[in-house]
Amino acid sequence: MPQGIQLGDAKAAEIKAVSIGKTFGAFRALKDLSLDIGRGEFLTLLGPSGSGKTTFLMILAGFTAPSEGRLMMDGKDITDVPAEDRSYGMVFQGYALFPHLNVEQNIAFPLKVRGRSSADIKRRVGEMIERVGLVGHEKKLPTKLSGGQQQRVALARALAFEPSVLLLDEPFSALDKNLREMMQEEVKRLHQETGTTFVFVTHDQSEALALSSRVAIFNHGELLQVGRPQDVYERPANRFVAEFLGEINLLPLGALRLDGDKAAGQFEDRTIVLSQTGPQIGPNAVAAVRPEHMTIAATQQNPDHNAIACRIEDATYLGAVTKYHLKTRTGTSIAVSMPTAATTGFAHRSDVWVSWPTEQGFLLPQQG
Amino acid sequence: MTGKSAVPRTILLLAPLLLFLGLAYVVPFLGVIRWSVTLPEPGLGQYRAVLTDPLVQSVFIRTLRICLIVTAAALVMAYAIAYVWVRGTPTQRMLAEFCILVPFWISVLTRAFGWLALLSNRGLINTWLQAAGIISEPLALARNEFGVIVGMTHFLIPFAVFPIASAMRSIDERVLLAARGMGASRSRIFWSVFVPLTYGGLIGAALIVFVFALGFFVTPAILGGGRSVMVAELVYLRIFQSPDWGLGAAISVVLVIFIGILLALMRRFIKPAHLVG
Ligand SMILES: Nc1ncnc2c1ncn2[C@@H]1O[C@H](COP(=O)(O)OP(=O)(O)OP(=O)(O)O)[C@@H](O)[C@H]1O
Ligand SMILES: [Mg+2]
Repeated sequence: MPQGIQLGDAKAAEIKAVSIGKTFGAFRALKDLSLDIGRGEFLTLLGPSGSGKTTFLMILAGFTAPSEGRLMMDGKDITDVPAEDRSYGMVFQGYALFPHLNVEQNIAFPLKVRGRSSADIKRRVGEMIERVGLVGHEKKLPTKLSGGQQQRVALARALAFEPSVLLLDEPFSALDKNLREMMQEEVKRLHQETGTTFVFVTHDQSEALALSSRVAIFNHGELLQVGRPQDVYERPANRFVAEFLGEINLLPLGALRLDGDKAAGQFEDRTIVLSQTGPQIGPNAVAAVRPEHMTIAATQQNPDHNAIACRIEDATYLGAVTKYHLKTRTGTSIAVSMPTAATTGFAHRSDVWVSWPTEQGFLLPQQG
Repeated sequence: MTGKSAVPRTILLLAPLLLFLGLAYVVPFLGVIRWSVTLPEPGLGQYRAVLTDPLVQSVFIRTLRICLIVTAAALVMAYAIAYVWVRGTPTQRMLAEFCILVPFWISVLTRAFGWLALLSNRGLINTWLQAAGIISEPLALARNEFGVIVGMTHFLIPFAVFPIASAMRSIDERVLLAARGMGASRSRIFWSVFVPLTYGGLIGAALIVFVFALGFFVTPAILGGGRSVMVAELVYLRIFQSPDWGLGAAISVVLVIFIGILLALMRRFIKPAHLVG
């Protein structure tokens, strides 16, 4: 980044949160949170309700001051810079459009604030309206727009002044599934086109995995793990992350032996082998395997794969995939999802083998 | 209760009020209408007089002028009070609420005489200013239009506060945050976001204050001292202090029609719920 660039006018900024803490009275909403947000990256803050995502986003935006810690942007300390001088783009939950201004005027607002010439504003507003597909709706008031259209106005307004950072707080939570997927595509495209740093809040794990270059997982005001979607999904740091990101089978292992990058343990009468690249684990561990990584077969197939004997309890047809509920001999529940095309209609209550490649499972501590 | 019986039930609940209004207002007013076209002789002569009589004209014009000034003054002050009431610190809110509610507990008569005590030639303000040597002759603060405007504005401010505060309360905080996040200064947010979002409340408040002001009697009678007669006082003078009942009746009818039009406008612009806050 060249020297002397004004705060908030860089194309994409790099943000560094250093030991951020936030307390409301006696309640600690954020605890010692350190996070680097890279230039032009799409970072998603993911976590259950009340985990502190919005609080952190408000601190990034400058609407809330942190109780502890510092915030750096492109190497400068911006902890005490007020929101109006940071000037990040922001899309609020519920859109927060100006109800008294039409689509055009909403998008023009940040440009007017910046004192751009009216010709410049007109050109830029036209450009943004086209980019988010709102041509023909320029003169409508927000109340006359559908949820998806309002969302587009909010995006266009937030991106109109080319902010160096765009913050989005659960922008799609009010949209139905189809619209949501469409808007996700659109946001992804806008990110690629603008090259701006995006920080996106959601409590929907599939949204987080689908959109981001990295995901930061929050719980109880703590940052549990940051990583690429594949990393956090396939190599979660702990059980909370593993379970929050999607359904997962947990098999308690006995007689655990660690051997370089492999681990082996006993489940019922079977030896389970796992590649072990995760965190250091004590003697009591569980093997964690995603339902879609397992397959069901009538006989034991590849001898190099892990396999356990199960009985089919229930099958749910979900279109492209079918989801099976099974029980092992000792009664541990197992879930397997398989492409419907690959299933041969296993009979109810039939005894089958559930197997998965050794590199697909990972170890997690028994507790926590 | 099923939907069918809901309507008669509503009417039943409203019946006492409707009956009272019918007996106390509608029936006597029909009588007033009759006077206006029969006294002293049948015909529309009194209405012609309302439109041509220079005295009646000047009273109407003065009434309109006073009402407009009072409305503007009350709106500005009510806006400031409502702002503190809705967006102030807890202490400021309490103070604002106190200022809004206390006048309600004091009768209009008491308040008019209170202002007289402050504004008259030998009132507190003039005596203090004279004692301090700032003025030698008392300022004409009461028994004129100025006094009437002060007294009426003071009376009407609380009525303007409620619709304005209601509009302010319904503003989404995030919309203001959004403006801030886009780099807007405080004054810009106030003038180009906050104020426009309260226009509905302002229009409602303006209509309420204006309509109330049109029919004011006690305050102008006391603080105007007969030199700043408004329409309601003119009607009183025509009917009780001269035998000119027909003209007084015609003026009343014109006033009621005018207020009716304003109320119809008010219904178009704002929901009743917004008027009570
Ligand atoms: N102004 C405040 N005063 C007191 N407590 C607050 C305040 N703001 C947030 N909190 C608390 O801090 C915690 C984190 O809130 P936050 O809004 O950041 O959660 P979130 O992760 O965004 O949740 P959601 O997904 O429901 O939006 C919550 O327990 C909340 O009650
Ligand atoms: Mg939130």
